[in-house]
Amino acid sequence: MRLRGARLAYRDTVLFDGLDLDLEGGCFTCLLGPSGVGKSSLLRLLAGLAPALKVAELACSDGLPLAGRIAYMAQQDLLLPWLTVLENVTLGSRLRGEPLELDRAGRLLGQVGLSDYAHQRPAALSGGMSQRAALARTLMEDRPVVLMDEPFSAVDALTRLRLQALAADTLHRRTVLLVTHDPIEALRLGRHILLMNGQPARLQALPDLPGAPPRDPTEPAVQVAYRNLLRRLGVG
Amino acid sequence: MATLRLAITAIVLVVLWQTLVLITGVPPYILPGPAAVAASLLDNADLLLGHAGITALEILAGMLFGTALGCTSALLLGYFQGARRWLLPVLVASQAIPVFAIAPLLVLWLGYGMGSKIAMATLIIYFPVTANFYDGLRHTQRGWLELAHTMLPRERRWAVLRHIAIPAALPALASGLRVAAAVAPIGAVVGEWVGSSAGLGYLMLHANGRMQVDLMFAALFTLTLLAVTLYFAVDTGLKYLVPWHADLTSAPEKF
Repeated sequence: MRLRGARLAYRDTVLFDGLDLDLEGGCFTCLLGPSGVGKSSLLRLLAGLAPALKVAELACSDGLPLAGRIAYMAQQDLLLPWLTVLENVTLGSRLRGEPLELDRAGRLLGQVGLSDYAHQRPAALSGGMSQRAALARTLMEDRPVVLMDEPFSAVDALTRLRLQALAADTLHRRTVLLVTHDPIEALRLGRHILLMNGQPARLQALPDLPGAPPRDPTEPAVQVAYRNLLRRLGVG
Repeated sequence: MATLRLAITAIVLVVLWQTLVLITGVPPYILPGPAAVAASLLDNADLLLGHAGITALEILAGMLFGTALGCTSALLLGYFQGARRWLLPVLVASQAIPVFAIAPLLVLWLGYGMGSKIAMATLIIYFPVTANFYDGLRHTQRGWLELAHTMLPRERRWAVLRHIAIPAALPALASGLRVAAAVAPIGAVVGEWVGSSAGLGYLMLHANGRMQVDLMFAALFTLTLLAVTLYFAVDTGLKYLVPWHADLTSAPEKF
């Protein structure tokens, strides 16, 4: 998937201009950068949520349009409080008026460990469980491309580690773009890592790490990469 | 516990009332004591019940029509961008006219029967229902709408309205209906005052004219009971209609 010459500006502030992005199919790419640099805006542009002022070219390697082939997962779980967890997971089919495939939804809930909560409302879930339900809803859409906007930033550190492993497992072989400001998360999950920096923002690819995600964050290679990354970001 | 609190409040109020009557020594045709009103309440139970039934019917019908009309208007305003620009100023302007001012007109048009009172109650609750529901429809959480956008192949406003915006606006509609339940009796009683031959408002006016102040108070008491019952019935019903609202607002009320 390629994006060429993307431009996004709010009034006089140019977030990025002439930005190029390449995503390899079938694996995680992490987009890392400081807050406010335009990571989320870039993701939203791909998700069709932000009107792009000038997208020169957005193409997928198979020549089909991207629209309608993405699933989106945000920082908030965005579960609807009046629906049960199971009903939330099948929201896409509900909106499109399609058959609900409750069996598959039930299996996905089992995969994220929420079988016991299928008929509860989201208020009964903890933050980490809500995010797992959101992950199940994203998987239910069964789209080849998954766009994730800091999906694990609102949960505690240990829950985050578990969620990362779950996401790496369940989203295996899909094209995933994950926006994050957490270097460890990027190093842990990214087959490729892109660093977004500056104003207007530029993308730089970091050297790929050995091993398949999810990587053990205590692994020496990850630790070395972490140190280099922090130096690059001007910390430590 | 709540019943006990209510009982204590009632007893304190009655004692205060009796004390006031004893201290000031006002004649019973100005302010009758609680005992006289209670006696009148028992003596005229059938009469009061009959008139209360009429008023209750007017209030309920007004609630029904006002809610239906208000919900329809809010949905039209929410769904059609064009309707908003045309209808909203009309809606606000209509609310600037006091309902009390057009009550005589309604009686002239719809007669002395229940029709004019139902119209009054409908009019008086129309605005709170419309305004609250429309407000709820407009303030759907943006993240939900964006999520829906990524799930739908093309824009389908009705699906988003039905599955997301309307349920999300139900707590706001519930607030509107609570206000409606509180003001609907005003509409019915004002209608009865302007011109009628039945209902608690009529009975109060009638009793007042004949210096039957104890009967007037008994009617007032019945009306209060009716209004409070209506409010709590609506409130309880809404808790069943919007059960998840309690999930979101169950935090302790501390400031």
